Amino acid sequence: MASSIRVRATSNGDITEVQALIQHPMDTGLVKDSKGEVIPAHFIQQLKFECNGKDVFVADWGTAVSKDPYVKFSFKGAKKGDDLKISWTDNKGGSDTTTAKIA
Amino acid sequence: MNATTSPHPTRRLILQGAISLALIGLGNLPFGTAHAAANDKYPEEAFRQKGEADAIKALYGKTAEPSDKIKLDAPEIAENGGVVPISVTTTLDKVTSISFFVAENPNALAASYRIPDGTLPAVANRLKMAKTTNVTAIVEADGKLYSATKEVKVTVGGCGG
Repeated sequence: MASSIRVRATSNGDITEVQALIQHPMDTGLVKDSKGEVIPAHFIQQLKFECNGKDVFVADWGTAVSKDPYVKFSFKGAKKGDDLKISWTDNKGGSDTTTAKIA
Repeated sequence: MNATTSPHPTRRLILQGAISLALIGLGNLPFGTAHAAANDKYPEEAFRQKGEADAIKALYGKTAEPSDKIKLDAPEIAENGGVVPISVTTTLDKVTSISFFVAENPNALAASYRIPDGTLPAVANRLKMAKTTNVTAIVEADGKLYSATKEVKVTVGGCGG
């Protein structure tokens, strides 16, 4: 299965800018489907970015984060070619992990 | 039957006692470690609060003061409440976390980001908004809380089918 995580991490020498797009329904548990049945809540709770053995960014999410979430941030202390590890876990115990090279 | 079981009750009691002690021990262990790793824990309680003030209290345990050093970027009008691009940057020092609250969503806390040393205090994301209401960004800097608020007009809510 293709990874649910798409990442772009680019370094300008000092600062690495990270953009991540994740495929996930992010169901709130408040919406009904066409048959009038409630779609149970299904959303990413935690998203983590690690670089060189250190957490560089941790997101705790609720149901109000949009479907197929997007997030952007920047950090210092990495260089081109370093690995950036991204992992998420959702409220149903689902998870995914990927590693991106900083360009 | 009685003759064979009569010597047993005490042994059984001891065994039961030992088992429950072991269970208590096992029960305590994860609790202790969870506390030690509280920094890394998902703030479930805060996400369950309905109102903004309660959610801020559950997440941080204190109140925030408005600050003009926080720049909250959100559209004046969002045509689709399901996807509202919101970002925040700040010139405050020693930022440790940034959180987003949408006042009139079913649960006010939308997202909370931990900013370790070396990560810039700026985040962009996309949130759902049920209706026209205030979006608040809370920045935790040097142990204190600062906030910035902006109203976003929503023409189509993000929680309808």
